Amino acid sequence: MTLWAGGAVAALLGLLTLGTLAAVALRAGGSVLLSVADLSALRFTLEQAALSAALSVSLAVPVARALARRRFPGRRWLVALMGAPFLLPVIVAVFGLLALFGRHGLLNAGLALLGLPGVSIYGLHGVVLAHVFFNLPLAVRLLLQGWRAIPAERFRLAAALGFSPADVARLIERPMLRAVLPGATLAIFLVCLTSFAVALTLGGGPAATTVELAIYQAFRFDFDLGRAALLAGIQFVLCGGATLIAFRVGLPATEAPGLDRPVERWDAGAPLLRLQDAVLITLAALFLMIPLGLVAVDGVPGLLALPAPVWLSALRSLGVAVASSALCGGMALALALARTASGRAAFDLAGMLPLVASPLVLGTGLFLLVNPVADPAFWALPVTALVNAAMALPFALRALQPALDRIEATHGRLADSLGLTGWARLRLLILPRLRGPLGFALGLAAALSMGDLGVIAIFAGPGGATLPLQVYRLMGAYRMAQASGAALLLLGLSLGLFWLFDRGGRGDADA
Amino acid sequence: MLTLEGLRITWPDFTLTADLTVPSGARVAIIGPSGAGKSTLLAAIAGFQPLGAGRILWDGRDLSPLPPGQRPISILFQDNNLFPHLTATQNVGLGLRPDLRLSPVEQDRVATALARVGLDGYGARKPGALSGGQQSRVALARVLLRARPLLLLDEPFSALGPALKAEMLALVRDIATESGATLLMVTHDPRDAERITDQTVLVADGHAAPPRPTAALFADPPPALRDYLGK
Repeated sequence: MTLWAGGAVAALLGLLTLGTLAAVALRAGGSVLLSVADLSALRFTLEQAALSAALSVSLAVPVARALARRRFPGRRWLVALMGAPFLLPVIVAVFGLLALFGRHGLLNAGLALLGLPGVSIYGLHGVVLAHVFFNLPLAVRLLLQGWRAIPAERFRLAAALGFSPADVARLIERPMLRAVLPGATLAIFLVCLTSFAVALTLGGGPAATTVELAIYQAFRFDFDLGRAALLAGIQFVLCGGATLIAFRVGLPATEAPGLDRPVERWDAGAPLLRLQDAVLITLAALFLMIPLGLVAVDGVPGLLALPAPVWLSALRSLGVAVASSALCGGMALALALARTASGRAAFDLAGMLPLVASPLVLGTGLFLLVNPVADPAFWALPVTALVNAAMALPFALRALQPALDRIEATHGRLADSLGLTGWARLRLLILPRLRGPLGFALGLAAALSMGDLGVIAIFAGPGGATLPLQVYRLMGAYRMAQASGAALLLLGLSLGLFWLFDRGGRGDADA
Repeated sequence: MLTLEGLRITWPDFTLTADLTVPSGARVAIIGPSGAGKSTLLAAIAGFQPLGAGRILWDGRDLSPLPPGQRPISILFQDNNLFPHLTATQNVGLGLRPDLRLSPVEQDRVATALARVGLDGYGARKPGALSGGQQSRVALARVLLRARPLLLLDEPFSALGPALKAEMLALVRDIATESGATLLMVTHDPRDAERITDQTVLVADGHAAPPRPTAALFADPPPALRDYLGK
């Protein structure tokens, strides 16, 4: 039965990714000629992803090194904050960045006071800035993991041998970085390849359009399904190629226990080094916290006067998020159980399939499949929930699979010897022991779905918007007070959903 | 009667063979140097270790096709003998029904079993709130309720102090005697073997020897046992 459920989920995922690709390929079959605009979208996608990845990682190295060798009050909190952008709705982050770097933002106000010309956030540098905002923290966490993996004894030995900070860097830290950096860079490159909402809000125009954005524009502005399909094909090849490379390099694991524990260091006591680290940590913290703080400050007045359509879209988003979370959790559990029971790597592979597809490619394919038989606007919310669930699945699996393997390793034999099988095993052993990781996975899926601005943009009609789409539309209509209130509401709901689910998984701490 | 017939367990760099019988109701120690395959032998009997060749029979019936839970066996491992998220009562109840849907009569039997091992009133506690000795007692209460004719112990009390371990072994001996169960017990301590078993299987040099009377074996140890004992 376990294998049946896992097989069904694997088949669904195959259909969802490869089936939609087939729909896309059939539709695009006629026109294989790329226009100048298509080529420029392709070039921009690669360029911004490479820049974003390189910048995020190279800024992350000094910040992570500073965090790795310093203890200070609030360090734990700061490391936890570095995990937050992953849950942050893109549109909310963009809102915060605009409040800091935008035309009427703090930065330009300051420059104007000094009589200096203002800067514009739109275009390549804006897109890269937003990506660095999202991925610098991710990179810092990945690199911190690398530092954590260096045995504390090695630093003790270095101290005993009288290593200088340069010696430590050359003999201990650099070899670690050489092992960790390629995977981290590639992971961020992959994330940025499928960038849609950032490009939608901060990019645009012929010079700053990603392939994902071009797909959307083909739908919305030209309703040219053939061109959308062709672009979806390009995006699929792009993601597929990058994923294949990533498999060869090896992506870093996201599960990271003990990041909040600093290691005793004897090599970094020099005052200048301490100052340098303090400055770096402060700058990184401010870069993260000021935009979010501005979302909160700007949003409070608008929050009290939000019109009914915004609350309605919030309800819709909550429904989609909860459904998507349940769907994702169920699929991940079925795949993980089947993987553990059978030991077959095919189930791992099925869980990784969504990494190859991008939301807009899935959306295009599903649109092509749905459009001839039904009104896409009617199916907007179910399709969004399904696509969001599929997109969150690889992350959910990364939380569940190792935990499930551990449960089977420690208690599997006992359960076998007692004849604990089927539902009884799920109810009495697996679900209670898996509660923590499952709560985390459900929370992650809910938050990601809550903040998603992707597939819904293709499917939604004039009504029926989700909250992120509503925020985007309000911004487009320059109703900034309402937009900022809605952005704060979205931020609160996303983090609140994650907190609720994750919290629910943490009860029963005595077991 | 337990029969190991032409048994062969193979790894790339190691082989264990056994060809022996254990009479019903016997209490048998399994002794030998670490890494010799004592635990592996128990795992094979319990159904966790695939066989390279041979058969395992209980009263003439081949156990090979049976999954672990359906064999006429109760086994206690070195650790993780209780589910930490279930109460003592639930952990014991699993011995009656793995789905824990217990009738009132069955619940009474669980309470009686807990009382029998000296844990009256501890049923609502989870393992984390019990001492090591009490945890062992919960596991033994479950063994009592499962009432399988073959009891395998893979050094489940090795983390306990000497006095507590002796107490547990006495309880095991009583339970085995009351139920008439056949006991197979891995140990690395000759005194444990002498204390509660009447026969001993020596596992050494890739072979599990047929059981011999414990007292006689230790009075005149073969070379492999002599090396192990350091005499």
